[in-house]
Amino acid sequence: MSEIALEAVGLVRRIEGAISHTLVNGIDLAVDKGEFVAITGPSGSGKSSLLYLLGLLDAPSEGEVIICGQPTSKLSENERAKVRLTRCGFVFQFHFLLPEFTSLDNVLLPMRAAGRLSEREMRERGLELLASLGLKDHANKRPNQLSGGQRQRVAIARALSNRPEIIVADEPTGALDTTSTEQVFAILREIADQGRTVVVVTHDPALAARADRRMHIVDGKVHQTLAGRGQAELEAAAPTET
Amino acid sequence: MASNLLLDIAWTHVTTRVRQTLVGMAGVAMGVGFTIMMAGLMQGSQIDFLRQLVDTMPHVTVQDERRTAPPQPADQEYGAVQMSNVANVNARPGIRYPESVMASLRSWIPGDVAPSVKTTAIIDHGGRIGVTLVGIDPRQEIKVSKLASQMREGQITDLSRAPNAIIIGQALAEKLAVKPGNTVALIGGEGTEISSTVAGIFRSGLKRVDEGQIYALIGTAQVMMGQNGIINELRLRLNDPLSAENIASEVEGQTGYKSVSWEEANSDLLSSFAVRDFIVLTVMGAMLLTSSFATYNIISTITNEKRQDIAIMKSLGMRESSVRRIFIIEAAIIGVVGILFGWIMGYLLCYSWSQITIYNTLTGTTVPISIYYSPMHYIVAGGISLLSCTGAAFFPARKATRVHPVEIIRGAS
Repeated sequence: MSEIALEAVGLVRRIEGAISHTLVNGIDLAVDKGEFVAITGPSGSGKSSLLYLLGLLDAPSEGEVIICGQPTSKLSENERAKVRLTRCGFVFQFHFLLPEFTSLDNVLLPMRAAGRLSEREMRERGLELLASLGLKDHANKRPNQLSGGQRQRVAIARALSNRPEIIVADEPTGALDTTSTEQVFAILREIADQGRTVVVVTHDPALAARADRRMHIVDGKVHQTLAGRGQAELEAAAPTET
Repeated sequence: MASNLLLDIAWTHVTTRVRQTLVGMAGVAMGVGFTIMMAGLMQGSQIDFLRQLVDTMPHVTVQDERRTAPPQPADQEYGAVQMSNVANVNARPGIRYPESVMASLRSWIPGDVAPSVKTTAIIDHGGRIGVTLVGIDPRQEIKVSKLASQMREGQITDLSRAPNAIIIGQALAEKLAVKPGNTVALIGGEGTEISSTVAGIFRSGLKRVDEGQIYALIGTAQVMMGQNGIINELRLRLNDPLSAENIASEVEGQTGYKSVSWEEANSDLLSSFAVRDFIVLTVMGAMLLTSSFATYNIISTITNEKRQDIAIMKSLGMRESSVRRIFIIEAAIIGVVGILFGWIMGYLLCYSWSQITIYNTLTGTTVPISIYYSPMHYIVAGGISLLSCTGAAFFPARKATRVHPVEIIRGAS
């Protein structure tokens, strides 16, 4: 039986004001450990809003987000920050690296904030992560000395640095060229294959098709859920009953 | 949250914005430096003036009068009776049994006491000039006043060497155009007129004393007053001038005579010092506050530029308070370095001022400007500056870190 890493129950995000606007409208979702889920949909459909709710960057108006079995709706802002720091890794469309710091320093940032490892252990893990993403020679470079793809890989290394159970990525290839897009998606796929849960928002249907599951969002609701390539391959490989 | 991380980020921010950081530090340094200079100058001149004042006059003066009219027998006998406008026609001037009072005071006051007779007189020397005549015992006077060291010509003991000798202030001597050995006519309150020899000239540095006070032997003053054997003032000099107020109060309680400390005698002057201190403190506070605006501007600029970084740090899981602390640390770095430079600048400014000499019209000498060096000036200026710097950083930092990260990330995307 598969283990649920991330669950959303009746998730609603409403913007109150003179004109109320519902961004996410009653979404239920359960993502297994090691599953790669792609969220697609047109602009303004609420896919990024859903992602921010799942990653605890934003708080729902109604409903509950359960991360690794832990309900989060009643957590304080500081407790939510701690869950983000230790259980979630974020990758955004833009790398959002701190420009004055080197690649390695940026990767070390979440580890230093968590304060669970010694300086030596952090450096070892940081260098290991950069090396695994092909950035061994770029550890001491600042973001402005790297290409777009390299920066995004540093951002992925930073997201992985505290070994979170869940990686949340908001259009991580949106600002990249084709080659870098391929690289980043391959990395995310590999992360999922290693047992981490990956939830990605993307506009690219071809890339979404390579996820285990694809959720199409329209007007803040799940319009359609499709099996991605990974799931299709599994189904094809499974023995058929006669 | 590891404080090293916050310090590293703060340090990186301030060191990568060298020009802004230097401007901020210069603002703090100037505020602190000029504050120290002003404090040193103001307190130096004040202490110098008070030192002259304390040196010139007795620390406590016991006078032959009472603060309130003595109660009338009828007042004491009958509660319903209230007496007013009663002239005590039989009251004898002078302190009763002055030798006994002095002996008693010498037994417990930390200092010494000397008798004197204080009266008014007129010097008739071509023109008439009213003066305060103080009759003293030269042997005892040297224990309670600095008159001996203030003598410019002659000595205090010369009072005993000529009949009806007087010692006068230098300003008065110049006004009268007299020198030691010259004689002047002295007219007392009772119309008594004597011929006095100028035995010496002193300079206290206080204009009202140098122009309006003369010294004679006690006997001469008693003659001028027309009261043989009278002692109407006891002059106390204390080891600690700052204890004068307490001692005066105790002496008054013991003797019943009005005892005036030098602080009370100059209360109008000291209250003007208090007003001056308040004005100076306000100006210094304003200087330090103004210098903190430089820090406010810098932190505001940095927080505005770093909105995206703030959002990303919060999204990574750093607490709002931790992110806010980064900017407060930045202000503290700017403040601390600025304060260190301000201390050096303050010292150099004070030193430069102390090298300037001015002509003192009272003493007739050229003296350096008095500067008071006190570690307290440095501590207070530094402390207030650090507080105002971190305070100035707190508000822009709080405003910036309160922004929801999603708003920034969406904006950037």
